[in-house]
Order: sequence, then C-alpha cells, then structure tokens
Amino acid sequence: MKRFSTFNAVSLTAGFAFLYLPILLLILYSFNAGRSVAVWGGWSTKWYASVFSNQQLLDAAWITLKVAFLSASIATILGTMAALALARHGRFAGRTLFSGMVYAPLVMPEVITGLSLLLLFVSINVDRGFWTIVLAHITFTMCFVAVVVQSRLVSFDRSIEEAALDLGCTPFMTFFRITLPLILPAVISSWMLAFTLSLDDLVISSFTTGPGATTLPMKIYSDVRLGVKPEINAVCSMMVAVVTVTVIIASIMTKRQEVERERAERLAQTTS
Amino acid sequence: MTNTNHRWIVRAIPYLWTLVFFLIPFIIVFKISLSSPEIAQPPYSPTFDPFVDGWSETFARFAEFTSANYLRLFDDSIYVSSYLSSIWIAGSSTVMMLFIAYPLAYGMARAPKSWRPTLVMMVILPFWTSFLIRVYAWISILSEEGLLNSMLLSLGIIDEPLVILSTNAAVYIGILYSYLPFMVLPLYSALEKMDESLIEAAKDLGCTNIQAFWKVTFPLSLPGVIAGCFLVFIPAVGEFVIPDLLGGSDTVMIGKTMWEEFFNNRDWPAASAVAIALLIVLMIPIMIFQNNQAKQQEAGQ
Amino acid sequence: MAAKSIGPIRRKFAPWDDPSAKPLIRIENVSKNFGSFTAVNNVSLDIFEREFFALLGPSGCGKTTLMRMLAGFETPSAGSISIAGQDLAGIPPHKRPVNMMFQSYALFPHMTVEKNIAFGLEMEKLPKGEITARVEEMLKLVKLEGFALRKPHQLSGGQRQRVALARAIAKRPKVLLLDEPLGALDKKLREETQFELLDLQMSLGMTFVIVTHDQDEAMTMADRIAVMDKGQFVQISPPAELYEQPVSKYVADFIGDINLIEGRVEKNDLGKIILGSDMTGGMIEASGESAVKNGDTAWFALRPEKVSIGLSPPENPSVNTATGTVWDIGYVGDVSVYHVRLDGGGTMRASIANTRRIVERPISWEDKVFLTWAPDSGIVLTK
Repeated sequence: MKRFSTFNAVSLTAGFAFLYLPILLLILYSFNAGRSVAVWGGWSTKWYASVFSNQQLLDAAWITLKVAFLSASIATILGTMAALALARHGRFAGRTLFSGMVYAPLVMPEVITGLSLLLLFVSINVDRGFWTIVLAHITFTMCFVAVVVQSRLVSFDRSIEEAALDLGCTPFMTFFRITLPLILPAVISSWMLAFTLSLDDLVISSFTTGPGATTLPMKIYSDVRLGVKPEINAVCSMMVAVVTVTVIIASIMTKRQEVERERAERLAQTTS
Repeated sequence: MTNTNHRWIVRAIPYLWTLVFFLIPFIIVFKISLSSPEIAQPPYSPTFDPFVDGWSETFARFAEFTSANYLRLFDDSIYVSSYLSSIWIAGSSTVMMLFIAYPLAYGMARAPKSWRPTLVMMVILPFWTSFLIRVYAWISILSEEGLLNSMLLSLGIIDEPLVILSTNAAVYIGILYSYLPFMVLPLYSALEKMDESLIEAAKDLGCTNIQAFWKVTFPLSLPGVIAGCFLVFIPAVGEFVIPDLLGGSDTVMIGKTMWEEFFNNRDWPAASAVAIALLIVLMIPIMIFQNNQAKQQEAGQ
Repeated sequence: MAAKSIGPIRRKFAPWDDPSAKPLIRIENVSKNFGSFTAVNNVSLDIFEREFFALLGPSGCGKTTLMRMLAGFETPSAGSISIAGQDLAGIPPHKRPVNMMFQSYALFPHMTVEKNIAFGLEMEKLPKGEITARVEEMLKLVKLEGFALRKPHQLSGGQRQRVALARAIAKRPKVLLLDEPLGALDKKLREETQFELLDLQMSLGMTFVIVTHDQDEAMTMADRIAVMDKGQFVQISPPAELYEQPVSKYVADFIGDINLIEGRVEKNDLGKIILGSDMTGGMIEASGESAVKNGDTAWFALRPEKVSIGLSPPENPSVNTATGTVWDIGYVGDVSVYHVRLDGGGTMRASIANTRRIVERPISWEDKVFLTWAPDSGIVLTK
C-alpha cells in the first residue's frame, strides 16, 4: 500500500493545473463574443462560424490532414521495420550507424532537420510542395514509431515466435500471424503519435514546403504574428477537441480490454 | 538458422531511407556551409564527380570551399551570443523543469495503481494537442492586455501591466510549459519501475524520509533524469517557435537566428554553417543521450 | 493412468545394445561456441526411434543449447546433426521434422486453444475437415475436451501445459523435444503428468527427448539418460545402470545420495578389489571388475539404502565395516537417514526404511554404531 501524502496530492494538482489551464482558457475564450482576451463580451459561437467560411483556413486544414495521414502511415511501416531490425537482427553490419540515424531525430532541433532536407530537395532539383512535406514528415516521425515499437518488441516473449517457427511457419508469415497481432496496440499508438506530430509541425513544414502547400500550423503561425485572432482560438479549440476525443476513446477501449483480461486470468487461476 | 534471405530487406529499406533523407542531407549542409553565396544559390550542382569532371576540376571545386562562413560565426558577435544564450536558456530551463517535473512524476508514481494509466494519459494529452496551440495560448495570457495582467490588475496586486511577453521570461515559461511532458514521462517511467521495498529497507536501516530519497530514490531515478534532461535540453537549444512568438527582439536564440538567416537574409551558406556549428555544439550531449538509451535497452533485456 | 503395466514392454526395449539398429537421431562431434564461451563441447550421441531420452544436468551444462540445435534455433559451430539419415545443416526450424514443447509453453495468446493446436496443421495446408478431426483427437488425448474455445489466459498452468503438448504432437513429428516440461507444476500434478507423458509416448510411438535438471523426472520417465556437465556427456545409460553403476563420482553424486569412501587399492584380481581405507579403519572388499592397479587411490561408492546400521559389532569388523557416532537423523516419514560421523574421519549416511514406529527404534543421537554392507552393494570409482 503506497502512502499518498498531501505533498503528492499538491504536486499532482499543481502540475496538472499548470499543464491544462492555458488550454482551457483558450477554449473558453473561443466562445468570447468580444475580440479582446481581457474583456468578456458574452457567449458566442461566431468565431467558429467564421472559421468555416474562411476558405484559406479550410484548405490549409485539409492539406494538413492529408499530409498527416500519408506520412503517419508510411512512417509507421518504416519505423516498424527499423524497430524489427534493431530488436531482432542482432549485431548486423552498420548497426551503430543505423541506430544513430534512426534515433537522432528524436532530439535533433527541427531547424537543422528542416534545413538539411530542404537542401537535399534543392540539390536533386525536385519541385517542393505537398510531397516534399510528406517525405520530410515521414523522416522525422519515423524515429518516434521506432522507439515505441522497439520497446514493445523487446518486452515480447520470443519463445512464442520460436514456437510458430517450430510448427512450420516461415519467418515472414510468423511476423504477420503472430508478432504483428500482438504488437498491434503499440503500432497503432505510434501511428497516432506520428499523425499528431505531423499535424502539429511548423518548422520542418516551413522549410520543405512549396507554393500552394500551406499547412494549418503555417497558416496559424502567419496569422498569429499579426496579433491574436479569435478565429485562431476557435480553430485551436477544435483541434484540441478532436485529439482529446480520439485519445479518450482509445484509452477507454484499451482499458476495457485490460479489465476483461484480468478478470479472465483471475478466474482461470481459481479453477486450476 | 532462420531464412536469412528476407531478413536483410527488412533493414535495408529503412536503412536506405535514413541514409538518403537523414545522412546525405547533413553532408549537403556541410558542403554548402563551405561554399560562398554565389555558388550556393540554387540552382547549383552540388555533386562533383571526379570521373565526369576530371580530378583537376574536382580539386578546383575544393579550392572554392571557403571557411569564410565559419570565420564569420566567430567574428560577428550575434552568432556567438546566440549560441551562448541558447545554451544558457535551454540549460537553465532544463534545471528549472527538473524541479517542477520531479514532484509531478513522483506523485504520479506513488498514486494508486488504478489511477496511473489515467494520469499518464493526462500528461500526454497536452503533448498530443498542437505545440503551436499551446505556445499561442500563452500569448493571450502573458500579453499586456492578457489574462494574467488583467487578473493581477483587478486584484490590485499591481498598478501597471507587467511586461512579460516579448521578454526572456516569457521564453522560459514557454519552454517550461511545452517541454514538460518530455521531462515528466522518462522520470515517471524510472520512478514507477523502482522497487518500493528498497525504500522500506533503507528506512528499516535508519534513514529518515529525506535521506531515503537522496540515498535511494534519486540515484535509482538517475537514468530517467538524464533521459529527461537531454530530451529537453537538446531540442530546446535549437528552439525556434517559442523565442519567435513569445520572445522579443532582444531574445537571441540560435534557432531564430538561423531561421532569419535563411528566410530573411536568404544566406543559405551562413544558415548551413550555423546549423553545422549547432550540431557540433550538440554532438556531445546527443552522444551521451544515445549512450544512455542504449544502456537502458540492454538493461531492459 | 496406464490401463495395463508397461513394464514388460519397456524391459525388452534396448535398441542401443543392438549393433544392427539404426539411430533415428545422430549427433556427431557437435560443438557450440558463443564467442569465447563453449556451451557444447564435441558431443556425440545416437537416439533411437521410440526412445524416451533425457538430457539431464545442472543449469549451464549445455543441455538446452543442444536441444535448441536439434530444433534449429541454434546452428552448431562444428559437427553435424541428422534425423533419419538426413543432415539437418542449413535446414531452418520451420522445415524440420521436429516439434518442441517450450518451457514457458509459448501459447499464442491471441488465439483460442483450438486455433493454437490447429496452427501447425494449417501450416501443412491440410484440408479443413482433417484439421478439425485432428484437433478433436488431440483435445481428447490431453483430456481438454470442452476447452476448445478458451483463450490461454483463461486456462490454469496445468491446462496450458496440456495445450502446449497437444499443439506440439498434433503434427505427429518424428521427434518431440520437451524443454523442462514439468518445471512449472506442483508436486502432485508433476507425478500425475509424468505417467501421462509416458503413456502418451508409448501409445503414439514417438521419440521423446526431454531436457531437465530434475533427476527424479529423468529417472522415472526415461529409457536412457545422458548426464551432462560443462558441455559434455559424462554418462549415457538407462536409469538403473546410471544409479547402480555410475562411471564417476560426479554421476554418483548427481543421481540420488551416495557415500564415497576413499581408499588405496591393495589387491585387484579374480573379480575382487580390496581397498585399505583410513575412513573405515579397515578393508573394503568390493566384488566387480575394475582397471585399478595396486597403490591407486580409488573411491568405493555406496548408496545409503545399501548400508546396515547396528549397535553391536559384526562378525568380521575389519572388512566392510565402519564405526562412528550418530550425529543426526533425518526423518522423512517413510525413511530415516542416519548421518554418522566416522571415527576415521568423514561422514557416512545409512538410509533405513521405517518398518517400525518411532518409539520402537533402538538407535538414537550420540549412539556409537557399526555400519556394514555387502561386497556387491557398491562400485569402485577412479574419477
């Protein structure tokens, strides 16, 4: 039994308040009829309406979603392969370099990654735009997928894979029939992570974009530099709402699975 | 042993990808940083092939390399001060962050078991909402007509609005706020794994609560502390969005300098040199971080 | 439980003694190195069809590595392994006629019992009807009918073990490898399962190779046991031979309890070896053959149950007799083990069945006793 002292309770409350207050205030003020943050002008949803009539904003949102979906999906595939290689292939030639390259973007300042990718695109004379952003996003989100999937693979009971091989399953099929179903939660959550990171990215997108490919963060950023705009509050609140709902649904589903599983295990033990 | 025919494909594809999109770009950046602006403006031919151009041509191209860009880094005081102030701001933010994050992570690790997944989710949730949004939220709070000032003014605590926005103070707050989950999660992970019975053993042998913390808990959480510090410090040094939106014109951070060099001055070689120099500055912390991660992985196995 | 005694069948089964018998598994000069560490050191072994073979040894002796080489999860650094005449070099695990039952059971957690058992059959691309029939047959064999749709986390440890077994034999492999199969079970379950496994092996006619550190398990179930130490085979024999005729002190001590009496060889001829021992203060007369020469140091290995204990001296106290003081009595219910400190140094143990109840037994702590044994009750060892 752990003692849950007042110190712990205070730290938890203070910490979470610090984390959440700004966002909650943002959401609150997106309903503010007045423009100024300091003055409360009554409840209104006009800023939300304004967002939906702002074509530029909507275009940017659509592009951002497409980029995020594409790059997250490809990054998940590549990141899972990288994680497999690092967790299962032992000491292969060039492992240190590979490991370094896969994990460096985790900590690399985005300005460096952005600049280097832009210079690459220029040097191979590729038109910059939607696809260069996608390529850039895949590159920097891949490492997050690799981290999550690798840690799951490391804690995986390998004798299950060996049992599949022993029973006649080729290594290729073993991955798809045995390993993948069991690491699926990690793969899915890393997809969601890559999706959010892409959705969110400003710096790398700015470096690697081209004409006609403005992402939502880029639009928000350029609008914000000109001063606080209430529509931005509305847009941000909507983004927060979407992400929150998704995460809550996902965690409720996994929680339910876990509770059922524990119940079944307990039952089995009593009937042995 | 197993069918090795397919295996190499699994690592070849991501390997190729990272080589092309990570390593080669860095080499290009390095090369550009050694060029003079006239040559470096696009379109340029960055590849030099000894077989096509002949060795003399290649050597001539090498001769065109100048270290002028790097020398400028030392000459022009703005660069040096950018680097130093970035390291200072990132470093002190990291230390301050430790004091905020540790109690939070500790509270989470000591909370009842059923609460913990929810608490972890609550820490991650802001992280999954836009980074830009969270920084933006602080603008509304910290500006002169912002929430903080109006609240303090109406409560009579201050007479004039505080100028926080567009100062370094706002940058600190921004970094602390945005990077907090990066510090909390590794700390929580390390503290949660810790065996409670070790503390009980220490107390049984005569330690007070505080002594038990410093002699047992903190040393055992050190891998998490290191991971958290580097996960915050390294990206924070090169941070752009926070100093740009929350800082003022007197806030010099290297990420912002590089952005301006690139987008405003259109001086690609200078930006490249700044980037390479930044990378060199960060090389040691990055290596320490990678080393720590590798050790953690081995310990896990 | 066996419906009829399997004794008569087992007593006659000894293909290793038949020079014309061809082995099913042939392991020739196999070694395995991990870097500078040699796990398996140049071992050779023949295992015959329908044998129940045990690899026995302490942890780290190489038995698991050897088994994994049979299964194909490790490649020998040297030597060759063949099954039914076919060299297994380069053949990956999924193509070998060998199936393994894992120590951790390794059941697929996301599949039902049914699907787990059917898995290997699906890999063989058998027709659906046949798969269903085979799965049912297996469930009946391991007495898990009705559990088909359960998932592993809904089963107890013993039930999971049976699913692992069913899954491994579903494919009717030539060889079944079992890695510490009874380790996770409690004592009663272990004993029951030992007989069930034996039953199964006999009725299915398969070759079983089991890896274990538990000598009781090996002694009960195996036709032959290979005792391993530090990557090498120390002795390969049927259980009785292993117990009564160990080739070294290591084997003698590993299996059951043993008294090792040190002595010098005085005479060795005509099927009789005479040792002079300081421990007993007299002569040891052992019947049997040995290559020892006069003057050699040798040990007389004597099982405690072959030792008689008494308060009065025997007829000839200078031969096959030891004197000492009882310093401990281990009471295990059916047997009492007397630990005796010998007058000449060292200790000996005598294990006596408790045919009488406690109050009627005459020997107690601190008593001066005489330990005696027959010449053919032990064996002379030189290493």
